[in-house]
Amino acid sequence: MSIDSRAEEKLQKNEKISNFDLPSGGHYSVEHDPDDLWGDSRVIVNIGPTHPAMHGALRMVAKLNGETIEKSYCEFGYTHRAKEKLGENRTYHQFVVYTDRLNYCSALINNVTYAMAVERLMGIQVPDRAVWLRMICCEMARVIDHIICVGINAVDLGAFSFFLYGFHQREEAYSLIERLCGARLTTSYTRIGGLMADAPEGWEKQVKDWVKRTRTVIDEMDALLTGNKIWCQRTVGVGVMDAQFCQQYSVTGPTVRAAGLNYDLRKDQPSMFYKDIEFDVPIAQNGDVFDRYLVRMEEIRQSLNVISQCCERLKKGPIWVEDKRVRIPEKDVVHNTMEGLIHHFKFFMTGFEVPPGEAYTTFEAANGELGFYISSKGGPTAHRMRIRGPSFYHFQTLTPICDGAKVGDMVGILGSINIIAGELDR
Amino acid sequence: MNINTPVPTIYGDLVERFSEIWSNQIRALKERFGDAIEEVQLPREFPTEVPNVFVRRDQIAAVLAWMKEIPDFEYGYLSDLTATDEQERPRFHVIYQLLSRKTMARIRLKVRVDEDQAVPTAIGVWPAANWAEREVWDMFGVRFEGHPDLRRILMDVRWEGHPLRKDYPVRGYQFFPTPEPIDPTLLES
Repeated sequence: MSIDSRAEEKLQKNEKISNFDLPSGGHYSVEHDPDDLWGDSRVIVNIGPTHPAMHGALRMVAKLNGETIEKSYCEFGYTHRAKEKLGENRTYHQFVVYTDRLNYCSALINNVTYAMAVERLMGIQVPDRAVWLRMICCEMARVIDHIICVGINAVDLGAFSFFLYGFHQREEAYSLIERLCGARLTTSYTRIGGLMADAPEGWEKQVKDWVKRTRTVIDEMDALLTGNKIWCQRTVGVGVMDAQFCQQYSVTGPTVRAAGLNYDLRKDQPSMFYKDIEFDVPIAQNGDVFDRYLVRMEEIRQSLNVISQCCERLKKGPIWVEDKRVRIPEKDVVHNTMEGLIHHFKFFMTGFEVPPGEAYTTFEAANGELGFYISSKGGPTAHRMRIRGPSFYHFQTLTPICDGAKVGDMVGILGSINIIAGELDR
Repeated sequence: MNINTPVPTIYGDLVERFSEIWSNQIRALKERFGDAIEEVQLPREFPTEVPNVFVRRDQIAAVLAWMKEIPDFEYGYLSDLTATDEQERPRFHVIYQLLSRKTMARIRLKVRVDEDQAVPTAIGVWPAANWAEREVWDMFGVRFEGHPDLRRILMDVRWEGHPLRKDYPVRGYQFFPTPEPIDPTLLES
């Protein structure tokens, strides 16, 4: 098919042909593209919300010039489940299950932080064994989260076997968590004032074996990818966030440590028994995708150290605080005594009262600062349950970093700041 | 948290660690801003774990900028920005959780605001406040004066009402048959 006469005339006069001059129909003719708003080759591309590279239901609308993102904006909220509203309408005990679904890669950290937030409001101190178990849980969740983050990041940039090495260890970790609480992903392991169940006999030994195996696997993964030429070319100098940018955008966690700031809430505001544990906070300098990967790999090793130290110090003892307000009665008492049955029903149907007050409790989650701001006016439900997820503040940085970058790099940057849609949308 | 509630030691006793810093800072704040500091709630007198400083609405951006820059304060991190519906007049409290990286002290600033009033935006001090303020607008309907892009963020742009207000029902569902439309004006540079 030839170009129609109007266009041919223009061609002979050496003028630019616009889309309107070209004929419609025919498989290679150019029709006017409704997305081509600027009349040149720049187009709007809608990436997501259900796109394999977008890590959950996120959407980026980008104005592309060739492969370069000229300007973009992000949309989210597709998995919004009104957790903050539910927090005002469910009792403190019922809300534990909702915290699993925040960052579902490290559900245990959310459970522990939420339990800490409520216990802090009530002035409850849980027994030592419960704290040590919670610390092991937190660090296992951190290892799992980092393995997923670096693994998926590598898959997005084309390295598939690296991901499988990590996922084997992740499955083993999930099996250990399953032995602990019966669930793999959405654990709901903590209770206000204690834990759902004690660790089974010999669990620490299995954890230690897993730590030993994971150490070697992490070294193998390191050898497989860190020096790889393609990986380095795709990540070094891509998506740079410097220290000042991180501070202005409230960036926390491995992302800020990759930019050279020594900022870890486990060291700076130690909760639980973190001040009795020896571990290092890895820091990198450049703040690009490669440095974030390095920081995460080193943090996995440090977390494994913490887990083995916690296993050493884990002693037998109670896992529940003997505080009548929050202690769930034993099933034996519930089934055999009238008072126990009444206590059981009162606990699960009306819930326990939390004294009036407010507190903002934070913990260093796998991605950064996870905070629960709970404001109570007394009664069994919260007046305000604010969840500060690190992903919310991290996702905000994507647009300023990506403007001017290539689309392919956007995928790598998004993977390296590890946006979890459950935590972002809440 | 009752006034007499002991803070468990495993969660770190902030009051012990920072009470002197906080009292110096609050004194300096009152000297500098006078009436703009409406009320101060200290831990051990009120059930809170860090001081609540109530700031007058028109002065909040100035107070935040000052607290970010002055050497003894250096609250360089906006940990969180949110709001609560207090069901009284003024209706909302806009809450700023600040963190100082130098001393690792936290402090909480609050602004009382009514439905028909607007709070000066904090984007000039922290770009991070951009989305947080959009979320407060989306969820509570508190307007921020000077915000360049005050759109809904979690909810659909066609949503009616503000879900986290206490008078909004828990099951106040709204359905849209089509996805949220693309807004090309946001892509003009």
